[in-house]
Amino acid sequence: MGFLTNFFNKFFKNLFGKKSHLKLGLYGPPNGGKSTLANRICKDWLGEELSTVSNIPHETREIQVKEQVNIKNKKGKEISFSLVDTPGIATKIDYEDFIKKGMKAKTAKKRAKEATKGVIESIRWLDDMDAVSVVLDATQDPYSQVNITIVGNLAARNIPVLIVANKMDLKKAKMDKVKAAFPQYKVVGVSAKYDKNINDFYEHLFKLVG
Amino acid sequence: MVTFQFIPYHEIERLTSAKRVNKLLNIVKQNKIVLLEGRLKKEEETDLIEITMEEIGNKFKGIELSVIYPEKDQFSGFRRMKQGFVNVLLGDRQGMTIIGPASVVKKIEQNPNKIELFTKEVRKSSKRKKR
Repeated sequence: MGFLTNFFNKFFKNLFGKKSHLKLGLYGPPNGGKSTLANRICKDWLGEELSTVSNIPHETREIQVKEQVNIKNKKGKEISFSLVDTPGIATKIDYEDFIKKGMKAKTAKKRAKEATKGVIESIRWLDDMDAVSVVLDATQDPYSQVNITIVGNLAARNIPVLIVANKMDLKKAKMDKVKAAFPQYKVVGVSAKYDKNINDFYEHLFKLVG
Repeated sequence: MVTFQFIPYHEIERLTSAKRVNKLLNIVKQNKIVLLEGRLKKEEETDLIEITMEEIGNKFKGIELSVIYPEKDQFSGFRRMKQGFVNVLLGDRQGMTIIGPASVVKKIEQNPNKIELFTKEVRKSSKRKKR
């Protein structure tokens, strides 16, 4: 039933032209660099950051939305979208992991509870997205089931996907492995933190939704 | 000791999505590793993650999940079409789904050619001898 609804939604969208204002979601596992990329995009085009970032997983525990982000490419073409930075999707959350990172038990338990709600929220927002960048840490195993489940669900909903292999500034980053894991998708390697190859990311974004 | 429970596909095929997910999760919450014949629908996989998140507490820390599935590219056009019909009629019985409690399974690594399941070390409390 969901498949039919999606099919007709996409059919009518194509029939009456593309939506003028899109929702671009940043999805992925925790600590892949979604918020760092969101901040990079907002800084580049709006001059301000969107989210706080940290090395401790599940820093983003609520959906963050920045309305009306307008980006231009070299040819002067412009796209406008709402940027949606989502909490990282995980299958397990243990407050003791936060304690190991130096948090007090009470804070760690609170963070774990919020993180579980964040994962649920991310999943529920999937249907609202017009396009998604799946942001992966290129130093980590790309074959994790969370990555496969996210990409599979986007495919089932006919949502265009761009895979972003982030943290390419690190020696352990393996772009080839990410490409091999998702052969049917465009993969762009970036370092959101150090502003490497971000223009290439924007060009891919234009091809995805422009 | 690690306990595996095999679930043949026919045990879940007539259940609704919610009941399927709950059945599997209830087994996992008994600290057993589920080996499910075939796979859940893609939406059911996200339902499983959602319900897992709702259930996480002091005792239950979540799950490790892995789906072993033959690559579609391995099939010829006709076989792929035939398999598509079979999946629609009988459900997706190909491959296998592994779901383990995060308190037992540390991680499941999946490369195209192998699956590795790492379990957590069980800490034994050492009793000090009284002097």
